[in-house]
Amino acid sequence: MTSTLSPPVATPAEPRGRSTFGRMLRAEWTKFRTLRGWVLAVLIGAALIDVVGLFAVHSTISCDQGSGKACYQPLPTGPGGQAVTDSFYFVRQPLAGDGAITVRMTSLTGHYSAAPPAPAEPSAGSAVPPATPADPGQQAGGVDATQPWSKAGIIIKASTTPGSAYAAMTATGGHGTRMQWNFTHDVAGLAGPVAAASPQWLRLTRAGDTVTGYDSADGVTWTKVATAHLAGLPATVQVGLFATSPGVLVVTESFGGSSATGTSSTATGTFDHVLLSGATTGAGWTGEAIAGDGAPGARPGGDQPGSYERAGDQIRVTGSGDIAPAVPGVSSSPAPTAAIEDHLQGVFLGLITLVVVAAMFATAEYRRGLVRVTLAAMPGRGRVLAAKAVVIGAATFAAALVAAAIAVPVGARLSRDEGSYVLPVSGPTEARVIVGTALLVAVCAVLALAVGVILRRGAAAVAAVVVGIVLPYLLGVVPALPVEAREWVLRVTPAAGFAIEQSIPRYAQVTAEYSPPAYFPLSPWAGFAVLCGYAAAALAVAYVLLRRRDA
Amino acid sequence: MGTSIEVDGLRKRFGSTTALDGMTFTVSPGRVTGFVGPNGAGKSTTMRVILGLDAPDAGTALVGGRRYAALPRPLSHVGSLLDAAAPQPGRSARNHLMWLAHSQGLTGRRVDEVLDLVGLTGAARRKAGGYSLGMRQRLGIAAALLGDPPVLMFDEPFNGMDPEGIVWMRGFLRGLADDGRTVLVSSHLMGELQDTADHLLIVGRGRLIADTSTAALLAAAAGNRVRLRTSAPPAAAAALERAGASVMPTGGETLTIAGLPAGEVVAVLSAAGVPFAEVAAEQASLERAYLDLTRGSVEYAARPAPTASAALEDATRKDLAR
Repeated sequence: MTSTLSPPVATPAEPRGRSTFGRMLRAEWTKFRTLRGWVLAVLIGAALIDVVGLFAVHSTISCDQGSGKACYQPLPTGPGGQAVTDSFYFVRQPLAGDGAITVRMTSLTGHYSAAPPAPAEPSAGSAVPPATPADPGQQAGGVDATQPWSKAGIIIKASTTPGSAYAAMTATGGHGTRMQWNFTHDVAGLAGPVAAASPQWLRLTRAGDTVTGYDSADGVTWTKVATAHLAGLPATVQVGLFATSPGVLVVTESFGGSSATGTSSTATGTFDHVLLSGATTGAGWTGEAIAGDGAPGARPGGDQPGSYERAGDQIRVTGSGDIAPAVPGVSSSPAPTAAIEDHLQGVFLGLITLVVVAAMFATAEYRRGLVRVTLAAMPGRGRVLAAKAVVIGAATFAAALVAAAIAVPVGARLSRDEGSYVLPVSGPTEARVIVGTALLVAVCAVLALAVGVILRRGAAAVAAVVVGIVLPYLLGVVPALPVEAREWVLRVTPAAGFAIEQSIPRYAQVTAEYSPPAYFPLSPWAGFAVLCGYAAAALAVAYVLLRRRDA
Repeated sequence: MGTSIEVDGLRKRFGSTTALDGMTFTVSPGRVTGFVGPNGAGKSTTMRVILGLDAPDAGTALVGGRRYAALPRPLSHVGSLLDAAAPQPGRSARNHLMWLAHSQGLTGRRVDEVLDLVGLTGAARRKAGGYSLGMRQRLGIAAALLGDPPVLMFDEPFNGMDPEGIVWMRGFLRGLADDGRTVLVSSHLMGELQDTADHLLIVGRGRLIADTSTAALLAAAAGNRVRLRTSAPPAAAAALERAGASVMPTGGETLTIAGLPAGEVVAVLSAAGVPFAEVAAEQASLERAYLDLTRGSVEYAARPAPTASAALEDATRKDLAR
């Protein structure tokens, strides 16, 4: 039997309600919002983001058909929500239910016109990987050569609508055999080029939503390359052969920059031993140019180059275009493009204002001894630092979130009205760009706060933060330094965090000029993590100093 | 109520400067304790250590038996005013008090109460940057009173106050002590505390020199002495010693008498028929006693920490020997 041995003890009358940290948060928030200058500066910072983002001049496009929207058709949207180029020559027939296609490829050849038609136009950026060899043997009539990403092979596609889901096994001009699906996925298979002496066997099998790709050097021993899950693949799909070849990017490097011009190219694949299994209609092959590249005047079944011819067992398919995600800036995509984050160019300006406020939120404590009032009221120094960080982080996050949530969609609409083609992205990506911008600003503010606690002097802290975040960002995006130096800056400094604004990733399977500011050297979250690392380190130093120092 | 401050053996150096050198004292509730010493004596440092703002190299400072940093809502235990210039100039007085109130879980009603207590209600929404130093002192005192604490510490609260403010402040401090609160008020001018403090902690060079009631220091300083000028010193001395006074010849025709008020001296001499030219009660000056004490702080610093009464005896002897 148990019994209570001691009488219940009345707990001392401690007023109920918020925790100590909750009270600290409330106190620091009151401290922040009751200084009009700080609130005003935060609003100005947010306004700067929008003013620059919405009124930045976007170049209007002109072409033979007129200007602006007349010059392009919107690019198709891929299954992932991003803009894609989906133009190729398709030799197809329907396949109902599960089945497979097997072919042998004996050659992949290419052709492009050598003389760039227009005078070189200066472009932002400087160097580009030597993706487009200037063939020494070029002649006035053109050059017989494949592009590195010229493709021909077999494909299973949901429909002939550009942008629809697909999976393909393809030979390429310079990257061996690949399995690619839904525009953004790319897996390497057999290495080496296709030739009569070294033919390659390709196979795609469809089972429900799953398409599996195989390759083989002899048609006997098969190797699985990859398995693609194509959500919502219809019961009847189009299966067949294809060929396509991206525009040639000719980059001329010169002092102080480079220029790039594009010209189209074609690829021709030669197939035999074509074997279809599964429920086909028996109607045989139909040849069709799929035109989904947004080029001026492009019409389905129009003047899109491409053809196929049969000679006994052999089928030759010639096509032009690309099956790939669209990328902004100078690329092999024929449509003039912009990215949604082009409307966030005001962030660095707004950021200056916001980090100054954040630094002052710390250094104002030390100006006249306010820190002694603060720490007498709230002796938990680590928690005071945490409360200040939460308050300044939340305030700047909210301001930047509102600003970015206006700048991105409204800016994109304004740009489209002016004739720029703003590449659409998936909803989650757009949300990541907007929320990520707010996170970027908030983490920069916390970094500035920590630097303020460390240095204790307003001018010194502001200088340190501007030199540490804004200057490297400008060095990174303004094409004054070599690309390697700019990328290095954007990899190792807090400015790496700006990567979170990038909406279109680098694609290994798309030839483009991948340089800042359109492309950051680190992925969005990796770049953001670098910034967070700086902020965490600064907070740790600030914490140790705040605890160790006399107030 | 009834919370005391206990400071024991505080030592602290700033570089090569010794700020605190074994500072030890206790501040009791129900009276105004003056914390007096020249600039640099360690008053502010001691207060910062009590508030957990500065870390001592050795020693402890407790409020009601607890470290300040361990107090859950510190402003309801200790109210303090260290520097009247601390509030940010761009923030209104009321908002300065608001964030402090929020840090303690208090509301705007308490803020308005303390603003009223210090007479700043009319200026509450003005920016603190436009305040006179006297108004800032009042704002600092309002902040100290927010949590209605039993212990209050004010560092140089008379600084910058006009005469009217000083009178108000004296009454205010008295009222706090009469409530039973522990009130510690620092000043480098004894005169400011003379009419306010019941008790005095006199410090110099980082240590306590004297811990005494104001009345005792006054008595010791003056010793109720009377100076007498007479043409017949031996007859006067004999008559006064018979009446119970102690008499010291202080050269020529003057005698210093202790133990009898001036009126009695006149009565005794008249009754005895001794002629005298002048009888004067020596003016009791706290300021002088304080100056004597602090001037000697170097000498005392070489000895083991003196008890308050020992220091006082020293001081008295020194004064008498002059």
